Amino acid sequence: MSTDAIAMPSAAIAPRPIVARLHDWVTTVDHKRLGILYITYALMFLLIAGVEAMIIRIQLIRPHNDFVSPAVFNRLFTMHGTTMIFFVIMPFMFGFANYLIPLMVGARDMAFPRLNAFSFWMTAFGGLLLYFSLVGGNGLYGAGNAPDVGWFAYAPLTSQTFSVGHSTDFWILALLVSGFGSIGTAVNIIATVLCMRCPGMTLAKMPLFAWLNLVMAGLVILAVSPLTAAQIMLLVDRYLGGHFFDTQAGGSAVIWMHFFWVFGHPEVYVLVIPAFAFASEIIPVFSRKPIFGYSVMVGATIAIGFISMSVWAHHMFTVGMSSAANAFFVISTMAIAVPTGIKIFNWLATMWGGKIEFKTPMLFCIAFLFQFLIAGLTGIMQGAAPFDWHLGSSYFVVAHFHYVIVGGILFCLFGAFYYWFPKMSGKMYSETLGKLHFWLFIIGFHLTFDFMHIPGLLGMPRRIYTYEPDRGWDTWNFIVTIGVFFQAAGVLVFLGNLIWSYFRGKVAGSDPWDAWTLEWSTNSPPPAYNFTSPPVVKSRRPLWDLKHPADPDWNYE
Amino acid sequence: MNATSMTVAGAGPEWHPPDRGRVAMLSLIAAEAAIFTIFVVAYVFYLGKSLTGPMAKDVLSVPIVYTICLLSSSLTIHFAAKSLRRGGVLTFGVLWLATITLGAAFLYGTGTEWYRLIYKERFTISTNLFGTTYYSLVGLHAFHVIVGLLTLTIVMVFTMTGSVGSEHAERIDILSLYWHFVDVVWIVVFTVVYVIGR
Repeated sequence: MSTDAIAMPSAAIAPRPIVARLHDWVTTVDHKRLGILYITYALMFLLIAGVEAMIIRIQLIRPHNDFVSPAVFNRLFTMHGTTMIFFVIMPFMFGFANYLIPLMVGARDMAFPRLNAFSFWMTAFGGLLLYFSLVGGNGLYGAGNAPDVGWFAYAPLTSQTFSVGHSTDFWILALLVSGFGSIGTAVNIIATVLCMRCPGMTLAKMPLFAWLNLVMAGLVILAVSPLTAAQIMLLVDRYLGGHFFDTQAGGSAVIWMHFFWVFGHPEVYVLVIPAFAFASEIIPVFSRKPIFGYSVMVGATIAIGFISMSVWAHHMFTVGMSSAANAFFVISTMAIAVPTGIKIFNWLATMWGGKIEFKTPMLFCIAFLFQFLIAGLTGIMQGAAPFDWHLGSSYFVVAHFHYVIVGGILFCLFGAFYYWFPKMSGKMYSETLGKLHFWLFIIGFHLTFDFMHIPGLLGMPRRIYTYEPDRGWDTWNFIVTIGVFFQAAGVLVFLGNLIWSYFRGKVAGSDPWDAWTLEWSTNSPPPAYNFTSPPVVKSRRPLWDLKHPADPDWNYE
Repeated sequence: MNATSMTVAGAGPEWHPPDRGRVAMLSLIAAEAAIFTIFVVAYVFYLGKSLTGPMAKDVLSVPIVYTICLLSSSLTIHFAAKSLRRGGVLTFGVLWLATITLGAAFLYGTGTEWYRLIYKERFTISTNLFGTTYYSLVGLHAFHVIVGLLTLTIVMVFTMTGSVGSEHAERIDILSLYWHFVDVVWIVVFTVVYVIGR
């Protein structure tokens, strides 16, 4: 079953010179190579933004610390946030989508391979532009280097008056350029999922991964575009003397908040829906059961997509909106918990009665389930406007969204890495190192982000570079910082595992997990053309049908 | 496992997935529509909020003729695409050229209006809040007209070198979707800027 029918001929050919191979990578339009480029690029930025987070936490380990100056601290949290959202998680998600969607829907490439390459390089140069601000941000004024306006860059802090020099311009341009890349990729994903499916794969027979990424791409279209528009306005203000966000001329600072969060909240779902997609592929395979409630999962995802467009102002309760607006955004925020809850129950029901294999990808997904639930519960706490007036801009908020992004999204991402690493590299990862990574990371995660809620409840504001010793925050901040070192150790083990397994790992074969979706039907790593001939499918689990011809799935769907 | 074995399952069902070009263009139009929505919302939100003059009613005149030019170019491009589908390359070329001319006339109209505003009325993007919203919304639309004209001109060049035939009808249809979108946006911009805002 799992032996390759076609012997790999590459072993007989002498390796090409390194320059030629690099040239191949730079000029490639192959979705698998672009996927790996996205992922490698995101790994690089994960390290950079991770180091920034460590410096932030070292600064906060005790009161009156002077590890970094206040100005540097502002730059660090701005760069950490911007990098993690735009140049780590998004490229990770696009990378996996790029690599896996054509394989899962039985296509030979994305719908528009050259647009795909263009989008990747736009994203890549956007990230470089952000970090070039360290060199070029001084501009003619000699003020500032990296952006220091926070990742949501509220007006009027971003005006020429308060942001002298070019650092904010680099921030705007980096997001604008990578935004074009994101929109290009989203267009490509939609076209691929809708138009490139192999014969027999109706929408109701697509893997959930393809469905969820389709919704994600739709959200990118509707969410990143407003950010692009807002960034253009900010450029008009800064370079052409415009007054969009200039309160001195009748402009409004609050409308920037609306425009930013019209992007910013759906963006959370742009990041988390692909994480759901990973969980929806990994949990069934390691529970040895088909996904529970396929159509309900699809419906819940689409519902999340719609509702997520109408909850943005729950980021703005402390601004002082009308009570009608507050009530609307409280209700819509509560409403989004319903489809999300449905998904959690579906994953649990998939595991219920299954023959669960506790391999590393499954461990990360199980941790995701619990942590995402807690993240959702603290989200509901802050979704109630009166409670948010107490918690707004405190460390409770920071703990909550890191619980979503690290405890939910990053855990699923690590699971996805371990699950698809054998497909992408052709080698098995080390299960021992994988489990070590899991335990280090989960200990570190809970030390950091469980305890971070408490100084928030005690009133510690976010973004402060230091604090007084008599507030009762000291011990909590100390524990939080200790956890970061566990997480860093976990990430190092993870990277070591990737590198070691790539060179020394056992050969994985085409289907190491006995899985059911089409990517496992081709070689590991897949040939450039993916499939020798286009596959034909008759159910949601084509490989199950192939392995069990006496009892195929299409009898039951 | 062998990838070829996946095809043994049967002769294959009837399979007609949607055209990827059309899906991609519609997705792009959705993204562009979202960008314009934000600019239109900003324009409407800031109506009458300018602290200093001039206001819309002081400086703007309604560009009726140029609006008719742009809107009628939607008709010419529609019939151009239709005649190409039936194989009438010459009719297509004439109507396509008419579309470009009408689009260019509209752009000329925007140009003269801006020239008058900037040099006669001394009214620029930095004069006041109204100037900021006006120039950026109308300018964003004009930018899309320019992009549209560039793509239309590329097709025109290929038509004149004889490389366009009825086999390209689907692509021309898809390109015309973009042009229709630019026209529809102008209806919204015209209503907001020259009817409601004035």
